[in-house]
Amino acid sequence: MSVDTVSLTGWGRTSPTTALRFRPRTYEEAAVVVRGRGPRGVVARGLGRAHGDAAQNAGGSVLDMTALDRIRAVDAVAGTVVCDAGVSLRRLLGTLLPLGWFVPVTPATGHVTVGGAIGSDVHGRNHRTAGSFARHVRSLELLTADGEVRTVLPGTDLFGATLGGLGLTGVILSATLGLRPVTTSLMSVDTARAADLDGALARLSACGDGTPYAAAWIDLLARGKATGRAVVTRGEHVPLDALPAHARRTALTFRPGLPPAASLIPEGLLGRGPTALLNELRHRGAPVVRTRQLQRISAFFHPLDSAPGWCRARGRAGSVQYQFTVGHGQEETLHRVVRQLTVRRYPAFHAVLKRFGESGPGWLSFPAPGWTLSFGLPAGLPGLARLLDGLDEEVAAAGGRVSLAKDARLRPGLLAAMYPRLPEFRALRRELDPEGAFRSDLSRRLVL
Amino acid sequence: MKDAFGAPQSLLVLGGTSEIGLATARRLIARRTRTVHLAGRPSPALERAAAELRGLGADVRTVAFDALDSASHEEVLGKLFTDGDIDMVLLAFGVLGDQARDEEEPLSAVRVAQTNYTGAVSAGLVCAGALQAQGHGSLVVLSAVAGERARRADFIYGSSKAGLDAFAQGLGDALHGTGVHVMVVRPGFVRSRMTAGREEAPLATTPGAVADAIVTGLRRRSETVWVPGALRVVMSALRHVPRPLFRRLPVR
Repeated sequence: MSVDTVSLTGWGRTSPTTALRFRPRTYEEAAVVVRGRGPRGVVARGLGRAHGDAAQNAGGSVLDMTALDRIRAVDAVAGTVVCDAGVSLRRLLGTLLPLGWFVPVTPATGHVTVGGAIGSDVHGRNHRTAGSFARHVRSLELLTADGEVRTVLPGTDLFGATLGGLGLTGVILSATLGLRPVTTSLMSVDTARAADLDGALARLSACGDGTPYAAAWIDLLARGKATGRAVVTRGEHVPLDALPAHARRTALTFRPGLPPAASLIPEGLLGRGPTALLNELRHRGAPVVRTRQLQRISAFFHPLDSAPGWCRARGRAGSVQYQFTVGHGQEETLHRVVRQLTVRRYPAFHAVLKRFGESGPGWLSFPAPGWTLSFGLPAGLPGLARLLDGLDEEVAAAGGRVSLAKDARLRPGLLAAMYPRLPEFRALRRELDPEGAFRSDLSRRLVL
Repeated sequence: MKDAFGAPQSLLVLGGTSEIGLATARRLIARRTRTVHLAGRPSPALERAAAELRGLGADVRTVAFDALDSASHEEVLGKLFTDGDIDMVLLAFGVLGDQARDEEEPLSAVRVAQTNYTGAVSAGLVCAGALQAQGHGSLVVLSAVAGERARRADFIYGSSKAGLDAFAQGLGDALHGTGVHVMVVRPGFVRSRMTAGREEAPLATTPGAVADAIVTGLRRRSETVWVPGALRVVMSALRHVPRPLFRRLPVR
């Protein structure tokens, strides 16, 4: 097991802290680290895509789980897979697709470990029909503070606390996931432009169950009548019989996107001007309406993976990601948030609007029925801290919440209003982990 | 923990009655800071400062700390860190001295040097070690432009700040990559109690402006901050002025 001292940040590259990093290769090695932890505790870390400080542990230990990456068993009849927590979704897709199975929920990057997807209870563009990742976890193995490994099953309190629990209940070692059958590795995509935010909301509302995946990219630099203009994309898995005969033989081939080009993107590239230009091109470049375009799975689900260093383009101070959800009927809050951003002309990027379906079992899971908007902003912008604090207030007042896996700046005081099951979570942690073995910068900052 | 914008949740001010220190504390309390330790010699002024910050909603404690008593620093400051993380340490103590008297009385000159330099070295190293052990935090050191180039008018104070400035820069390099951020702040002439009655230098500034610059520097994770910013250019020019000419400059 390799050990080194490293300075770590989240994907947003804000607030670096130093920790002792262990890289266990077996479950036993992981248990040794948890049992022998120092006073500042330990937290598991995957591929570092959490935007904030959820997988950092200043002055303590961090368990890098990426060496625990065995896919242990695939049941190609029942559609389940048993795998280590350190397996990335991208690798899982590469293994499962040729067998005719698909990971039922995937976020916008494939560089997420199964453990990370569970700890953050990630969601995809199909939340409305498929729910979040938690819904597809059949069971998991959890290494708890006493160094024991427990099997956690849906319906239990420990399951509720662990799904979306940000790694604070223990170290997820492996999981059994339910899969979704597919007959091809292609998506049929419909694209349409929306002139303003209401147009985008209407188009997303009109999505039936036939197109499970839907999201709208929003131009947060457009003002006036065009405020909230969007490009709405909807997608569904293409059935085999919809393919031309010559394509059927390779129907299930998985072709990942371009190789990483992280170092090619210069720092501090995208200020307001270039971002506005890119947004303009992106909006005008999108078809007014186009239907049934065929796209590869990697291009549809993980477009950002072909530019893995994009976070560098936001400058030395790093970037802040903000994602919130508000219930149906709170569209006015959504409008106000979008207006506040557009009048400031901040170079917001990756602004995506989606609809959420029913909540999952996770106590601290982010998705709740209604709307969700996410966007990123360079952390160096003057006045940004105050603006986001203001947005927190509005979101909390509307009964909404912000995503903790992306957070790097929420005030602890607002947490209980956003996550009503927080007291249960704290009580369970006190009982299961009285010494506070599992800690992260996030848990210290928000007093979780 | 600090948030993504560098706003700390807990703050330790060394030199708890310093106007710049308190102005910074007020701004940080308006953001995320909930716990403040004011370290200084016990005095009514220190208690007044604590009461004022409590009024802003922070949990404020005073700590008996004497910059001249280096031997006690390890114990006094080390203990603070065992109670909980401190996200930011602001090293704000310092004395201006009285140049004319200090030239006459070497012992009072030594007092200036011991407060501004020796005291800061021991306190700074104790805090740096504790920050390194907790794996995160900022050490903000108040230097001065007077340390950039010795002037006839205040070279005793200036030389102590020059030593402090070099120490803080080196410490920052030593701690690079450890999660601890060291920021050197170089204000020009600050209108405050310390400089009351003195003739104002050009580009004079206020404790509030210095505090604003500190908050901005935290957000940008700067290593050096000049207040006002124009001093960076002015001083880089003045640094290269030949001495016979420098002696005759009105700003000396």
